[in-house]
Amino acid sequence: MRFRLPEKVVERSLLLVAMSSVAILLLITVFIFREGGPLLVQVGLGNFFSGAWDPQHDQYGIALMVVGSFAVTSGALLIGVPFGIACAIVLAEMAPPRARSILKPAIEVLAGIPSVVYGFMGIVVLLPMIRTHIGGPGASALAGSIILGIMVLPTVIGISVDALQAVPRSYREASLALGATQWQTIRRVVLPAARSGIVAAVILGMGRAVGETMAVIMVAGNSVQMPHSPLDSVRTLTANIALEMGYAAGDHRAALFATGIVLFVIIMILNTLANLARGRLKKRSVVVVTLAATAADLVKPRAKPEEQ
Amino acid sequence: MSANRAVPKLCVQGLDLYYGDFQALINVSLEITERRITALIGPSGCGKSTLLRTFNRMNDLIVGCKVVGDVELDGRSIYAPNRNVDDLRKRIGMVFQRPNPFPLSVYENVAYGARIHGLAAGAALDAIVEQSLAAVDLWSGLKDRLDDNALTLSGEQQQRLCIARVLAVEPDVLLMDEPCSALDPVATMRVEELMQELVDRYTIVIVTHNMQQAARVSQDTGFMLLGELVEIGPTNQVFTSPRDQRTEDYVSGRFG
Repeated sequence: MRFRLPEKVVERSLLLVAMSSVAILLLITVFIFREGGPLLVQVGLGNFFSGAWDPQHDQYGIALMVVGSFAVTSGALLIGVPFGIACAIVLAEMAPPRARSILKPAIEVLAGIPSVVYGFMGIVVLLPMIRTHIGGPGASALAGSIILGIMVLPTVIGISVDALQAVPRSYREASLALGATQWQTIRRVVLPAARSGIVAAVILGMGRAVGETMAVIMVAGNSVQMPHSPLDSVRTLTANIALEMGYAAGDHRAALFATGIVLFVIIMILNTLANLARGRLKKRSVVVVTLAATAADLVKPRAKPEEQ
Repeated sequence: MSANRAVPKLCVQGLDLYYGDFQALINVSLEITERRITALIGPSGCGKSTLLRTFNRMNDLIVGCKVVGDVELDGRSIYAPNRNVDDLRKRIGMVFQRPNPFPLSVYENVAYGARIHGLAAGAALDAIVEQSLAAVDLWSGLKDRLDDNALTLSGEQQQRLCIARVLAVEPDVLLMDEPCSALDPVATMRVEELMQELVDRYTIVIVTHNMQQAARVSQDTGFMLLGELVEIGPTNQVFTSPRDQRTEDYVSGRFG
């Protein structure tokens, strides 16, 4: 008879492999907080969130980058959310099977295009268009918003479609049986019933936009300044790290890690909100959250991530 | 029981229905009389729910469903090409097997149909909601809970609410697809009493797998088997002296 691995051994090794991803997450968390945390303590949160970013003179305030990230992210949502939800409604409720079989893979491809390609398209197509038709230098918060608005589509659409498809058929039947049209049914019953899932889709889309780096660097201009119009150049938190990491040392380097901590916390909050909206954060995941936080505490008392 | 032999409310003529290649209804013809309760009984899969859903064209939603023959409401074909299906469904309301209130407030559930058809707004809408809830004996119990989510109600209350939601659009006909199968015996009895009150104003067609229920509530009963309407007549007669041997076997409990 052939040798067979005992079931238990297989199970345990697979579990170990799966848990290693959690371990990697923990290690990254600990590393970021260890590199950036001391500087946060040293300069104080007040100074760190001030508007003065001048590493040569030991000024590490990231307020302008927070504004930049906020500007392109809200712009991206303004563009991506209406498009994304409309597309999700078509996909989940209206499209005949053949149209769906084209739309769905197309959106998946959209998610798979490398961000540098989006950025490149932005430089070649979008920036000249903005320059000639609207004005300004081209590279701007507006350009970043448009590119990010496209890039968040797969996230917004995918999760919204899931939310719409999770609405029980019986709600639609009840509405149609009362003589409602399909659109009335969608607008008055299906969308409200899917609301929490759609909110989660928007929040995760926001996370995607906040975290995107390469495409934004290529089209947003990256000047550290307070934007006064959508046509002004902005620098995002992610761009700040990527642009300066190559030559930063000492406190400057630590300040970039501290910027990473800010991003990390933002993404964590967004993910938690999205999970809360979807009602996914049940008792068991709270236990995991607590465990992860405690484990991180044990490794390094100063690091206190509320990662799930 | 006075048999009113005027124009039938619903008239089905030579109806065949196919789900793809499967024929679910075979040459069904029947007449449903106004302001009576007509029960459709038969074993699972006999086509009774399918037949019920041809009356408000809910089968239209099923891909691959094809209907041959005709159903008339007040002498007018409901499968005519120019027939407005939304208007048809407003006139023929449906109560489903499982209570399916919308995840909205009690008030919004009842007001839903009136809103979409633009029947009323403001105080007039409040009045419709009150009348409809009163008609199903929910008003006194729920008048202070109109803003509560309907999903917090008990199963029986939810099913009553679904009936109120249908009554609010003032239909002529009420279709009920095993409306008590998710309810306990006491709740079932009360919904049956409610049907007796409603039949003064509405024509009711109920599908049930429960023969005792059909015997208790209905004036007419149709027995279906394998897609055919075996026989239909006054409930008394169908249960005590059926014309067809198959009906007798079923109502006497020999199969089913």
